[in-house]
Amino acid sequence: MEIKKIQNDSELTIAINGRLDTNAAPKLIAEMDECLVEGVKAFVLDMADCDYVASSGLRAILGAQKKMNSLQGTMVVKNVVSDVMEVFEMTGFADILNFE
Amino acid sequence: MNKEINVRSTMDNLDTVLGFIEGNLEMAECPMKIAMKIAVCVEELYVNVVNYAYDGQEGACRIEFRFEENTPNKAVITIVDQGKPFNPLEKEDPNTTLDAEERDIGGLGIFMVKNIMDTIIYERKEEKNIIIMEKSW
Repeated sequence: MEIKKIQNDSELTIAINGRLDTNAAPKLIAEMDECLVEGVKAFVLDMADCDYVASSGLRAILGAQKKMNSLQGTMVVKNVVSDVMEVFEMTGFADILNFE
Repeated sequence: MNKEINVRSTMDNLDTVLGFIEGNLEMAECPMKIAMKIAVCVEELYVNVVNYAYDGQEGACRIEFRFEENTPNKAVITIVDQGKPFNPLEKEDPNTTLDAEERDIGGLGIFMVKNIMDTIIYERKEEKNIIIMEKSW
């Protein structure tokens, strides 16, 4: 999995490319831990090029949502492919995340 | 067709395991969207073996893939370890209706496996943990 970051004032976008599996999830968590800090008001997770999400990946995304809640910012998950959206729906994540 | 792969239970071998499963699903002409979900199930159970079967040590793990010519569109996948008795299916399902702050992070993987696969059974035989699961498409 590759991670690309785009910082635009108080908005941060992280785009992931590849599998969000159990080996990739810690990389994403480390990246988000570093970037989601005071001052970030909007976080965008771009999943256009991610076609695989395991439960470890879901937990990483949930952690980011909680972090943005605590920073009183917003989080949007965008460009989710349909196969991955089915995983979000199956696990109830479709109800707790904001999609675009 | 009956194939198997034997690996040491390490996270480094996850790619090898997923490659084995996805390669065989492709040969069985399983649609991509279902193949992805089956691969997720194998990952969840394999990661369980890595984390729990051998108390943090590594041990043997065998994954079998069976596809019958006369019952096409169905795969049977078996995951075997020689670790301590552990039935992942006993794990309580998470409450998937809670909001982000209340969501517990445990149990999600097995919940997905139960949702995705048509059948899944656990057996403890000859000091082995055996998971057998089937999926048709």
